[in-house]
Amino acid sequence: MITGANGIGKSSLLRLLAGFLKPFLGQIERLGRLAFADEALALDRHMSLQQALAYWAALDGFSGAEKDAMRIMALDKLAESPVRLLSTGQRKRAVLARLLASRAAIWLLDEPANGLDKASIMALLRMIEKHRDKGGVVLAVSHQGLDMADYATLSLEDFRSKNNHQSVFFDFDDESAAF
Amino acid sequence: MIGAAVFLPILFFLLVAVLFPFAVGSDRMILSRTGSGVLWVAALLASLLPIDRLVTPDIENGFFDHYAARNISEEWIAVARIIAHWLSFAVPLMVALLPASMLLSLDWSVFWKSEAGFLLATPGLAALGVMIAALTARVKAGSALTALLLLPLAVPLLIFGCGAVDGHQPGAFLLLAASSLFLLAVAPFVIGAALRVGQEG
Repeated sequence: MITGANGIGKSSLLRLLAGFLKPFLGQIERLGRLAFADEALALDRHMSLQQALAYWAALDGFSGAEKDAMRIMALDKLAESPVRLLSTGQRKRAVLARLLASRAAIWLLDEPANGLDKASIMALLRMIEKHRDKGGVVLAVSHQGLDMADYATLSLEDFRSKNNHQSVFFDFDDESAAF
Repeated sequence: MIGAAVFLPILFFLLVAVLFPFAVGSDRMILSRTGSGVLWVAALLASLLPIDRLVTPDIENGFFDHYAARNISEEWIAVARIIAHWLSFAVPLMVALLPASMLLSLDWSVFWKSEAGFLLATPGLAALGVMIAALTARVKAGSALTALLLLPLAVPLLIFGCGAVDGHQPGAFLLLAASSLFLLAVAPFVIGAALRVGQEG
């Protein structure tokens, strides 16, 4: 979990790790498939929720995985609803359902709890816990932080003050020791 | 691009064919002499209409980030976009050419030559459309820029297309095909680069 004030560069760090931005120095090597979840919906607004999620699941090579993901995120009753009619919280859960359906080892989450109610945040935490137990890696950024006492947390402000332009090595084999 | 928006360029194209006889009169000689040129210009202008919806909404919606996260190259996305745009724009346009030709009293030979010309020119026009859409996606007032960029670049297609239908320019069909192929070959790389720059921005 990476925390820090608005505008300090949390999302940029995540986009850098995702490969959307190129680093000025050094290189980033990704040792596994990654899935990214941020504020962007990236689902066709005119399709039903299931169709829209199925598109990405098929691209990831896991056709049908969207059904389980929708069930876990309590979206199964909305399967036939057009994406454009979903509420803010439902959209956020749809984004997390896409993340689940991707079956990627590395999850990059940008403000994952934004727009979620208490029950959905609990579901998200359980989801992260389960993914970690399976050997997956989760890197989340949040301006507030999640209620995850047993998760490694890095404050980007502290990190910057202590490591001025130093190299950083993310040891994904032992994520609890990563920071 | 789905729903009613798909039909807007076609409606525009047909509307031009309907309005033109009101402007120049119903003289069949004048209509058949000028009609094919009017249809080429109408097709060109109609191609401007869907451009705003080709790339910008998907950038705003984050689609391209998710393609990038899956290591799908922007060039392949560009190829898919060009094909999709051609299917949704050019194919209905070629169907609409029949009623438009009838409204303008074009001979069957002119109609078939126009149809062949459209078949050759529209893949290039689709490539050009997606290319301009990608280049102007993050520019404010991009729609005004779209017309200024697309129309001059489409001039070779217009000249060779009209020349092929007239029959006065030998080899016009070949030159039309060459122009279209050139645009098709170049567009994926330009679109890919534009999308990458946009992502880093």
